[in-house]
This record gives sequence, structure tokens and C-alpha cells, in this order.
Amino acid sequence: MAGWTEHQGQAVALPVHNIDTDQLIPARFMSTPRSEGYGQFLLHDLRRLEGGSECPDFPLNRHPQSSILIAGRNFGSGSSREAAVYALVDAGFKAVVAPSFGDIFASNAVNNGLLPALVSEAEIERLMGELNEGGGSAHIHLEHGHIFVGGSEVPFSLDNSWRTKLINGWDDIDLTLQHDLAIEKHKQDRRTTSSWVWPNAEDQNSQVNGSQ
Amino acid sequence: MTAAASLLDKLWSSHEVLAREDGTSLLWVDRHLVHEGSHHAFAKLAERGAAVAEPELTFAVVDHYAPTRHREHIADPKIRRMIETLRANATQHGLRLFDLMDPAQGIVHVVGPEQGLTLPGLLVNCGDSHTSTHGAFGALAFGIGATEVAHVLATQTVWQKKPAAMRIIVDGKLAEGISAKDIALNWIAKLGSDGARGHAIEYAGSAIRDLSMEGRMTLCNLSIEGGGRFGMVAPDDTTFAYLRGRPFAPTGGAFEKAQEKWQKLHSDEDAIFAKDVSLAAEEIAPTVTWGTSPEQALPVSATLPDPSRLSEEKQKAARDALDYMGLAAGRPIEGTPVDEVFLGSCTNGRIEDLRAAAAVLAGRSAKVPGLVSPGSALVRHQAEQEGLDQIFREAGLEWSASGCSMCVGMNGDIVAPGKRCASSTNRNFRGRQGPGARTHLMSPAMVAAAAVTGTITDVRPLLKGRAL
Repeated sequence: MAGWTEHQGQAVALPVHNIDTDQLIPARFMSTPRSEGYGQFLLHDLRRLEGGSECPDFPLNRHPQSSILIAGRNFGSGSSREAAVYALVDAGFKAVVAPSFGDIFASNAVNNGLLPALVSEAEIERLMGELNEGGGSAHIHLEHGHIFVGGSEVPFSLDNSWRTKLINGWDDIDLTLQHDLAIEKHKQDRRTTSSWVWPNAEDQNSQVNGSQ
Repeated sequence: MTAAASLLDKLWSSHEVLAREDGTSLLWVDRHLVHEGSHHAFAKLAERGAAVAEPELTFAVVDHYAPTRHREHIADPKIRRMIETLRANATQHGLRLFDLMDPAQGIVHVVGPEQGLTLPGLLVNCGDSHTSTHGAFGALAFGIGATEVAHVLATQTVWQKKPAAMRIIVDGKLAEGISAKDIALNWIAKLGSDGARGHAIEYAGSAIRDLSMEGRMTLCNLSIEGGGRFGMVAPDDTTFAYLRGRPFAPTGGAFEKAQEKWQKLHSDEDAIFAKDVSLAAEEIAPTVTWGTSPEQALPVSATLPDPSRLSEEKQKAARDALDYMGLAAGRPIEGTPVDEVFLGSCTNGRIEDLRAAAAVLAGRSAKVPGLVSPGSALVRHQAEQEGLDQIFREAGLEWSASGCSMCVGMNGDIVAPGKRCASSTNRNFRGRQGPGARTHLMSPAMVAAAAVTGTITDVRPLLKGRAL
């Protein structure tokens, strides 16, 4: 995953609360290998009419080159499917700006270089107001924590550890393996003080009682 | 004197390998559960040429894509490939796999507890948001994404910032016909679908103590629908009795020793919670959702909201939801005709759920078709021993094999576009049960009532004179 510090792109407004990850990518597409690209599935059912043709009024259809999504409260709630983030990233998105995010979605986003930028409801309205027919150019400064849309500059919040990770494009596994001794010690201590934690071998337990 | 600790504090500190200066902790994972959806994570592991760090603590379950009919010949090549991929990964890494034909196969959040893999004091991870279910045992259990699944596979640890502690106290006695599902929909309706965002919920109070393990699992399962990644209940005698004799649980002296430790897993009396919420059990009625978010829930006796009377913020969402659901503002919810019913899922697919539904359906016929998918093969077996399958079949419902089934529709069990389903599941999101499907969430007993009348119905009159 490549790190980044600044991004210049097109912003699009999706003024809807509670966009859940089932909307971001419907479950039926999730058996697709990632190599085929998930961008085609982003908000698949919301952006299409019943017959399957694209709904011309839908913001993402009107502004197909967007890379910054400005959305409502509780964005990415629901299912832990990281495919929701893959759909955004593969469609070219670099950031989602919203008043709040589902907890699992936000950490999945950071793990894929996608910025979940927290901005107050009032500031979100201001940003949306700056857009022309729901779209417009925007700039994000990750290090300083600011987003610029039209004439407005709005600060966003982001956990410091997440900021560092996005900037450096770190892979957690590499970081964690540097702590292998501490992990091994924790494991051995747990073995000693709480051996019951390790699952019993199945066949040792003769009294299989299934469901009570 | 040490500061008073919450259950969350105690569980957190016993798993913390290290804490970084930025406040992120590296936590040791005691149980890692994987399923077909974990294929992205195994692919990441393969890219690095890494092995599973602790195969002994990693368990694989076929559930999300598990066919509920004709398991021997899976027609859909995509579904077959998902299951075969999990099989190949489990074989390669030496993981115990609960495969399609395993007598203990089932939904991961049903199998874990049923097998005694879930124990108090453990940290349980799974790439599924309903992992909070396992918190019913006093475990620190939370759903993670694919990158984190790969991380746990490779290191048996997970990086996590400690959430804030929240407590939901439910005191009093639930009325007959009211269950954990109603408690959950009730608090989510009150606090919103992000009411517990950033928090770990501990459920406490006399009504929670009175719940069976099945009920506690339903409640903890639905934490995520209120935005809480974690839900938990302090373990007690109900917990210990459930666990004794489970296949992977400690035995004999080891069990007694473990139980001594488990008994200390509760919040200290003066522990501090960032959010504290109280509900009165007596005030909880059978609750159903009417919209496309779990927070859009009301007592069955209520009328559908009039968007113009809601706060400005909720108006548009309510209008859109009523439109999608094909419902008219101001009309009573009760009496809304349904096209079908579904009983099952990690929320309400356990034996107690099937018993509650069967108590309503016994000697009655369903006016609409429906599917019953037990949460596991063992639940199915138990239900058949008790004759519950006969009750469902005689009522006209289909009795099938276990899996996530129509809760998420990945295995092909879906609700047709525009059709209305009374469902014992966890999400009424647009298209969750299939494109254009209209879902009403409710308890298993309420689903059974909807089957009997063909409409959304208060179950309580149907329970009169019946032994529960």
C-alpha cells in the first residue's frame, strides 16, 4: 500500500445518512476475485434503475471522475466486509468525508489507504454548499488535516496513528513482526497462568451435548 | 487501592501485549474464526508466503455460502469455488474445518459457543461484524476486516484502540412473548443505529441475568446494529452450566480452575461508564422494524411514522424508507400483509428460537410460505429430536439445512424484488435479503405469528393457553 500526504481531485456529495456497507457493495458480488476490480460494484443497486440502466440523477453517475466522497452520518455502518472499501478504492476514491463512520469500516479504510475524514455536520453542509450541482474540485492535506473545497477550508479529525499509517503506507504485519519477542512472551505467560484458554482436543470430551 | 475496573478493562488488560504511545494496543487473540469470506485474507497471506501462526487457535466454518438444499451437488460454480477455496486454505494451514457435511457445521457464531470454543475471558476475532455474539460469555469479541484477518492469521494478534465503556441496564421482568430480540430493537430504536459507535457495550441488570445464553447471544449479536463493535455480559452460573461438557471446553479440574477465574470477570461496583442507559423490561413490547435501518423500529401496536412530524434530519430517511418498503405513513404496522417468512441466522437460529416459533405454530398452518434454517446441524438435530421440524413442516414451512441463508442471500436463498419478508435476522438494509427485498426484523415468535396470520401480528394473543 502506497502512502500519501496530499490529494487533489474531484469531490462528489452523497447527502444521505447511514450508507451501510450492503449499499456500498451488495453481497452477491463478493465472491469475485479482487483482481477483476471492485469499482464496478460500488453502490451498485443505488445508482441503477430497476431495469439495470444507470440512474442519471445519482451523484456518482453525474460525476464519474470523483475521488473524494462527501457523505452523511454513520457512513459504512453494518457488515465488516472490506469489499466495501475495495469498491471505493477501485473506483478511484482516496477519501470519504463524513460526520461519522462505522467503526469497522473506518479501520478497513485506513488499511487500504482510504482516508475516513471526520468533519462536523455543519461543516459537511458548508462543503456540500461549495459544490456545483453536487461536484467540484477539492484538495486534501493529510498532514495538516484540512480539506479545501471551493472557497472553504475545513479541518478534519483523524486518529493520529491512522494519519501516520496513511502517510507511510505501512503494512501492519511488518510492524507487528518486530514485536515477535513480546508476543511470544505474552503467549507463554498465558499458557502458564491460563492453560484452559487452549482448546481441549475434541475427542477428550466424551460428553458431547450439542445444543441444550 | 487500584481504580475500579469495568469488565472491558479486565478483558483488555489480560490481552494487551503492548501499548503504543499513540494509544493503540497490540492484543493477543485466543480464538480466530474464519469462513468462506476470509478468502481475501488467505490470499494476502499467500502473497507474503506466510503460514497461519496458531493453527490450534484458528477454526474454519462453511456458513455464508452454505447451500440449505442439495448440498451434495452445488450447481452454482461461484458458490462451489468459495467453499472449495476455504477447504483448500484449511487443508494447507492445518485448520479444523467445520465443512458442509460435518455433523457440527453451522453458522460461525452458533458453532463457536456450541462447541465450547467460545469461553469467558477469551479474545475472539472473526471477519464478520456479528462476532460481538461471543461477548455473551464475557469474552472480548469483535468483528474485523480482511486486512485484519490476514494480520491475525499471520501474527495471532490485532492492533486496536480501546473503545469507551458503555452499559445498558435492563431491570425487571420481560412479559410473556417478549425476548432478547425485542430488548435489542428497543434500545437501537431509542439510541439510533450509531448510538454505541466507538463503545463496547456491557449488558447488565436483572432482565439480562434472567436471559438464557441463547438470549444473551441474540442481544450481544445485535450490538453492531446499534453501532457497537463489542457487546458483552458478565459470566455467571447460567454461562458455566451452558459450557460444561461442550466438546472443546476444559474438562474436570481444568474446568473448575477456569471457572474460578471466570467468576472474577465482572465490572467492579464503582466502575465508570462513559455512557449509561437504563431500560425497564416491563415497558418492552414486541418490536418490529418498518424501515431500512434497524433504528426504524416500533412496538407492533404503533402506527407508521408520519415523516413530516419527525425531526428534519430524520424526515428524508423516513420518506425514503417508507417508499422503499411500500408502506403508508400513519397506518398501523399490525396487519401489514407479508409474502413470506424466514426463521434462522446467527441472531435467532438457536434451539430456543426454534422452540419459541414452534410454540406459536403448533397445530396451526402458515398462510404464507417460509423457510426455517437452523443455526447449526446440531441445532437441527436437536430440533428434530424434539419434533419441532414436524411442527414447521405441518404448518407448511420448509425445513432446511443450516447456514447464513436468507439473512444475507449469498447462498442463493433470497427474497424476490418487492416481496415482504417477516424475518428473524439482523439487518433490514435495502437489498439485504436480495435486490428490492423488503425486510421486517422481529423475534422468532413474531415471525411465527406473521406466518400464521399472513400479516405482521402481535404474537401475545396467539400464545394464550399455550405452554411455553
